[in-house]
Amino acid sequence: MLTPDSEAGVAAAIRDAVVSKTPLELTAGGTHRALGRPVQAAQTLSLSELTGVTLYEPGELTLVVQAGITIAALNKLLDAENQQLTFEPPDYRALLSSTGEPTIGGAIAVAASGPRRLRAGAARDALLGIRYVNGQGEVLRSGGRVMKNVTGYDLPKLMCGAYGTLGAITEIGLKVIPKVEVVRTLAILGLDDAQAVAAMSGALKTPTDVSAAAHLPQSVSKELGFTDAVTLLRVEGFETQAAYRITVLQEALSEFGSVETIESDPWPAIRDVMMFAGDDRAVWRLSVKPTDAPGLVAALQTQIECEAFYDWGGGLIWLACDEGADAQEPIVRDAISNIDGHATLMRASDTVRAAVPVFQPEPKPIAALSERIRAEFDPAGILNPGRMRG
Amino acid sequence: MIEMPKPDESVIAKRAALAAQLRAVLPNEQVIDTAEELKAYECDALNSYRQPPMLVVLPDTTEQVAKIVKLCASAGAPIVPRGSGTSLAGGSLPTADAVVLGLSRMNDVLEVDTENRVIRVETGITNLAVSANIAHEGFFYAPDPSSQLACAIGGNIAMNSGGAHCLKYGVTTNNLLGVKMVMADGEIVEIGGAHLDAGGYDLLGLICGSEGQFGIVTEATLKILPLAEGARPILFGFDTNEVAGEAVAAIIKAGLSPVALEFMDKPAITVSENFAKAGYPLDVEALLICEVEGSEEEIDEQLTRIEAVVAPFKPSTVKRSANDIESAKIWAGRKAAFGAIGQLADYICLDGCVPLSELASVLSETARLAEKYDLKVANVFHAGDGNLHPLIMYEANDPNSARKAEELGADLLRLCVEKDGCLTGEHGVGIEKRELMLTQFNERELRQQMAVKDAFDAGWMFNPAKVFPLELIETRDAA
Repeated sequence: MLTPDSEAGVAAAIRDAVVSKTPLELTAGGTHRALGRPVQAAQTLSLSELTGVTLYEPGELTLVVQAGITIAALNKLLDAENQQLTFEPPDYRALLSSTGEPTIGGAIAVAASGPRRLRAGAARDALLGIRYVNGQGEVLRSGGRVMKNVTGYDLPKLMCGAYGTLGAITEIGLKVIPKVEVVRTLAILGLDDAQAVAAMSGALKTPTDVSAAAHLPQSVSKELGFTDAVTLLRVEGFETQAAYRITVLQEALSEFGSVETIESDPWPAIRDVMMFAGDDRAVWRLSVKPTDAPGLVAALQTQIECEAFYDWGGGLIWLACDEGADAQEPIVRDAISNIDGHATLMRASDTVRAAVPVFQPEPKPIAALSERIRAEFDPAGILNPGRMRG
Repeated sequence: MIEMPKPDESVIAKRAALAAQLRAVLPNEQVIDTAEELKAYECDALNSYRQPPMLVVLPDTTEQVAKIVKLCASAGAPIVPRGSGTSLAGGSLPTADAVVLGLSRMNDVLEVDTENRVIRVETGITNLAVSANIAHEGFFYAPDPSSQLACAIGGNIAMNSGGAHCLKYGVTTNNLLGVKMVMADGEIVEIGGAHLDAGGYDLLGLICGSEGQFGIVTEATLKILPLAEGARPILFGFDTNEVAGEAVAAIIKAGLSPVALEFMDKPAITVSENFAKAGYPLDVEALLICEVEGSEEEIDEQLTRIEAVVAPFKPSTVKRSANDIESAKIWAGRKAAFGAIGQLADYICLDGCVPLSELASVLSETARLAEKYDLKVANVFHAGDGNLHPLIMYEANDPNSARKAEELGADLLRLCVEKDGCLTGEHGVGIEKRELMLTQFNERELRQQMAVKDAFDAGWMFNPAKVFPLELIETRDAA
């Protein structure tokens, strides 16, 4: 494994790899190695030694760090100023049975966004700028550190979620947000999936800045100690504001039954998909229009044995099913084919992830465009080859 | 002066034939080829640069757009997409051999879905019309460029437009969920949709802000948000720009999340007050207008907290709006500022961004440079995100004054880059800042961006002569 301790070292390693035609697997904390398709690479290039804080200006909500800094170290830094990341990055170690420390580079590379994505945007929305090394070993910048920037094309967004197939991200500029004074979770018990999505939509129609909305059907909610299906809303603000928002929500949702504040904090478990951790089922992540979600899950449940829960007001479905030979890929993809959305296989064995498309297959013109873009950044095809497509 | 590339005479020679082919796709009157009608498309809001296009087409459907793209490609005619022509950066300035593709007839709302909080529109619709169509349902579309009455969603997507309220709600890219787009080969594709995350590479994020150079976006799915119960501003006056700048940082850091935080300097205050009689104090150097949202109680508590945060900076004026009439009055001066300055002189509106910690030093350096060029500059801008809008006043009929204004503008933008900021926060590069791109990026960085353009549009047919320095475009690798 190559572990350069500087951006120049990363660039040199990539230039060497181009010359020797050695495909590289890019990594940092190594917690996401089981996401995407298995990479066939002779060498590993780790960014884990790039851990510097380039700039932190709490008064500007601006943070610039090197890609290998751990989320834990970052949170410590932000805690000291009573600030936080906007997009609540998940920790997939339990889900993926991986070890190591999640890093900011890893979160950006796989576009990992947690429950707050609903309100505060995804990982890509927090990005102000990046430095990266492309597949020719050139150190390049895009974006910057200011809050608004339309100078040139938005390459940071392209890099976010590209799974390291376009470049090695070395430095990341992020918008951060202040922590709120009060966080409360409201729960409604006993709704079926369709009622739950209707309740979450009802909540999200009120101007209460609900920062997360999830629904756990009974088979899943019991993992978090609930006795029945539970629909959860996270309300934030200063003390009086949060109290007022709760009354607004209770009134708006009265038709769905009693809306009560709970003491426990279920959001880290929802963020990290803990309910599906520790077993050997395949796990899918489906991004759909919220009102399509219950029907999609119901249709799948008539065909395969599966369990699901909903985040992002119903727009994100986590689904666990028997892995079998293909993680039920044809059935899942067929079910989603008639609606807007996409499905990503988030957990399966290497064999299955090599055998079926992990990411939603793209229409021909889009797939061709994506390939052309990849060739413009990594003409030799040495960065994480095969990670996104075969 | 900003140069435009030499038109291709061989393309212009095919003008009549291309017009005839386009008339087979579109009704006669939707293909414009008379000199007097073409004149209406010779410029956008950067009206010191004018060039009538070869032809203008005004399609009604995406399928027509696809056919137009194919016909123009065969004729070798570049296409300049145009929403409402409100770009301040020359983003829709034609070349003499180009076909302007105007989206003005494609302005329908296709679907309103409040359960899923999205609206699907054709991209010729104006920004304000989007919100107007959903206000009765209690929703709005957040990005609010100051040209929102006129500007088209298509232009907003091209430039990734912002607005006063993006401090809380983000800019266009944060509120765009999907597009239908015609690619360079005439293929119609859909990217994203009513769901939150698209799969694969984030092409949607790339298309937003690509200045119409990747394809013609004909439909957009936009995120909509519930309207706040109410909103009220508070106005602060300060004795120096420096202290006002510090107060901005303090408000942001305190996490009070105002929806808007606007800054006006002395020249802007004076002009606006004379024009709008908003009751602004004339004995201060800087004004901040800070607006918060919520119920009456929430607003009161937030304003009280903001007052407390600002108090240590000893504002010489504090005016807290108690009702809608007072709110309108506080906003009247800010909203009238551009118009008021426009009555006094011609102006160039810049759009650089700087880190908040550099606000004060950039403002004093701006004043120094203005004096050097013997020009007046007023500053009215979105302070919360460091997005400056210096208005350089000049005399358009005097070539010397116009030249000086452009030079001062370039100096001010270089200053923003030196201070770790950027050339443009929400207007886009267009032709205006094209030649300055090498102050912010090195050539290799720009060539990597140009390579992305190659991937979308190998022939460089969409919106020519924008974004990149002309010399780099002309010497680009053969695709």
